[in-house]
Amino acid sequence: MKELQYPFDADYILSRKKQIKRELLAQDGGFLEKRIAILGGSTTNDIKHILELFLLNYGIKPTFYESEYNQYYEDSVFPNARLKEFCPDVIYIHTTNRNITNYPALQDDSDTVTTLLNNEMEKFKTIWNTLSAEYACPIIQNNFELPFYRLMGNREASDFHGKVNFITRLNLLFYEYAQTHNNFYICDINYISADYGLAQWSDPFYYYMYKYALNVKAIPYLSFNIANIIKSLFGKNKKGMVLDLDNTLWGGVIGDDGVDNITLGPEEAEGQVFSEFQHYLKEHLQLGVLLNIDSKNELENALAGLNHSCGELRKDDFIVIKANWESKDKNLLAIAKELNVLPESLVFVDDNPAERHIVATQIPGVCTPELTDPHEYIRVLDRSGFFEVTTLSKDDAGRTKMYRENLARAEFQSKFADYEEYLQSLGMQAAIRAFEPSYYSRIAQLTNKSNQFNLTTHRYTQSEIESIAEDGKHITLYGKLQDRFGDNGVVSVIIGNIRQEICEIDLWLMSCRVLKRNMEFAMMDQLILQCQSNHIKCLKGFYYPTAKNKMVSDFYATVGFHMVKEDQDGNSEWEFIIPEHYIKQNRVISIMEDDFNGEN
Amino acid sequence: MERTEVFERLTKIFRDVFDDENLVITDATNADDIEDWDSLEQITLVVTIEKEFEIKFNVHEVSGFKNVGEMADAILLKAK
Repeated sequence: MKELQYPFDADYILSRKKQIKRELLAQDGGFLEKRIAILGGSTTNDIKHILELFLLNYGIKPTFYESEYNQYYEDSVFPNARLKEFCPDVIYIHTTNRNITNYPALQDDSDTVTTLLNNEMEKFKTIWNTLSAEYACPIIQNNFELPFYRLMGNREASDFHGKVNFITRLNLLFYEYAQTHNNFYICDINYISADYGLAQWSDPFYYYMYKYALNVKAIPYLSFNIANIIKSLFGKNKKGMVLDLDNTLWGGVIGDDGVDNITLGPEEAEGQVFSEFQHYLKEHLQLGVLLNIDSKNELENALAGLNHSCGELRKDDFIVIKANWESKDKNLLAIAKELNVLPESLVFVDDNPAERHIVATQIPGVCTPELTDPHEYIRVLDRSGFFEVTTLSKDDAGRTKMYRENLARAEFQSKFADYEEYLQSLGMQAAIRAFEPSYYSRIAQLTNKSNQFNLTTHRYTQSEIESIAEDGKHITLYGKLQDRFGDNGVVSVIIGNIRQEICEIDLWLMSCRVLKRNMEFAMMDQLILQCQSNHIKCLKGFYYPTAKNKMVSDFYATVGFHMVKEDQDGNSEWEFIIPEHYIKQNRVISIMEDDFNGEN
Repeated sequence: MERTEVFERLTKIFRDVFDDENLVITDATNADDIEDWDSLEQITLVVTIEKEFEIKFNVHEVSGFKNVGEMADAILLKAK
C-alpha cells in the first residue's frame, strides 16, 4: 500500500490507522501469521497498532502479546504463564532512556560510574538470557536514544559523568552482546531519533500525558523500523534492484548527449551527486543485492555509459542488462525470469514517474520508490528498508558472482544437444550432510527465503534449526553444490521428523538457482541412506500449496512417491516405501565425503 | 472561526479516527459515548486536531478536556 511506503505521511497513518487496517485485511489473503510479544518500559499501544499496519503491508499478520505498562522486566525474568502460553515468534523490548535506573552523579568517581554501567547492563542481560532460554525466539531490543537535555552542555559527551557519555557507553555494551549472541537484534532508536530530530522525538508532552517515551507522531517511524527487522527475519526482504540509466545512474540522456557529455564525476556538482549514488548502489553488492538494468537505450550506448571514466558501476556489477525499446514492465518480468526470482522481490529504481506508474500498475507487489531530486535518491532508497540486514551469511557477498556463473552455465548448455550430457559435463560435486553449526544461519535464512521450490513452506528461526539439529529426533540434510563454474553454497535443505519406522518430511526446499541440475535426486538418495541407517521403512511427504510453490505440486511423484490423499484445497500427502535395494536416482553429481574445504 | 465550522471539522476528524462515517458528535459527547474512545485513543484525537487546526495544546489544556464541547472551546481560543 502506497500510504505505508517510505516516505510516508506519519500523521495520516496515525489518524487513519483503523481505516488502513480494514483495507489491508480486505486485500488478498496468504498472510504469514506471527506471534509478537511487546515488552514495554513505557506505553506501547500505538507502537503496536502501527506496527500491525506495516507488517500486514509486508504480508505478515501479527497477533500480539503486550505487557502491562512498564512491566518489561517483570514479564521477562519471572515465570510468566501467559507469555509461555502465547509462545512468541518474536519478542520486542521497547525500552528507552526513561528506563535507565541510575545515572551517574557529578561527585561519583570513575569506578562508581563503571559499576552503575555494569549494573544497568546486568539488568538487561538477565532479561535477554532468561527470554532466550525460555522462548528461543528472536529478540529485538531498542538501544538508547540520547537524553533530551545536557546538564553540562558539550562536556556531557566526553565526561564520564555525562548522561550522553553514559548512554553512549551503555549502547556499546548492548552492541557487544549483539555481536556475540545469535537471534538478538538491535532496533537502533539512537539513529532514528536523530534522523527524526531529537528535540521533536523527545517532546515530553507525550510522556506526561500518556506515558509515551517518544513523540506519538514519531511512532510510525519507529514501528516501520521494527517491521523492517521482523520482515527481514521472516524472509520478506527484497532481493535486487532494477535500475534505469539516464538521469538515474548519470545525468543526461546518453543516446542524445553522447558518453562524453553525460553528467557524472567530480567536475560538476550534479556529477558528484550521481557518482555518490553509483557508489551507494555498488556497496549493495557486498550484501548480495542483485543489480540489473532496465533502460530505454541502445545496448551499445548503455555499455558505453557503464564504461565512463568516472563511473563506479561497471558492466560486471550487473547480472541482467536490458537496454532496448521494450516496455519497462516487460523487461522487469524478463529479468525476474532470468534470475529465477519473483518479480515482487525486485525494486524498480527509475526517475521517470510515468515508467514507475506502468511498472507499479502492471506488476502488483513491485516497489517503485519515488525518486524526484537526484540528491534525494540515496535517502529514499536507504530509508525504505528494502534490504534490512538481520543475518549476513558468507554467501551474500558472492551472490552476484553466483548468478553470473549461472548465466555462463546457460550459455554453455546451449552447446549440448543432450541435457544429461550437459549435466555430466558440468562436473558437479555435492556435499550432503546433517546440519552443522557453521551452516545454521544459512539454513535458517534459506527456510525463510525459499518460496518456489518449497514443499511445506515451514519457516524456522536459527534457534529452531539448532534444536532440530541436536535433538536426535530428526533427520536433517543440507546440500551444497559446486561445478566447473563455481560454488553455489548451501542450496537445499531437508528436515525429516522420525516417528519410529516412519520419517515425515517436514521440510524439503531447494534454491531456484540450482533448478534442473538433478540436485533433488542427489538429496533423495542421501535421505534414503539416512533412513536406512535409522531403520526407517517408510517416508511421508507433504505438499501444501501457496501462491508461489506450484512448481513442486507434483514433485514427490518425480522422485518416486505415490499420493495417498489430497483435500479440496490441494494439500496432498505422499508415501515412499523404502525398498530393500534402492536404486540411486542421481547419475550426474558426485557426492563428496567431506564438506568442501574453504570454498566459500 | 465560527463554532459551527469547528464542529464540522471536528466531526470529520472523529469519523476518520474512529473509522465510522455515521458518527455524530455534540458538545456533550465524551469518552463514554464512543466505544473506542479511551485514554490511549485520545492521543490520536489530540494529534489529529493539532494538525488540522495548526495549533499545539499543552499538558494543562489536554488534561482538562471532559467532552467535545471543551475541545471546541480550546480550539476556538487557540486557532486563528
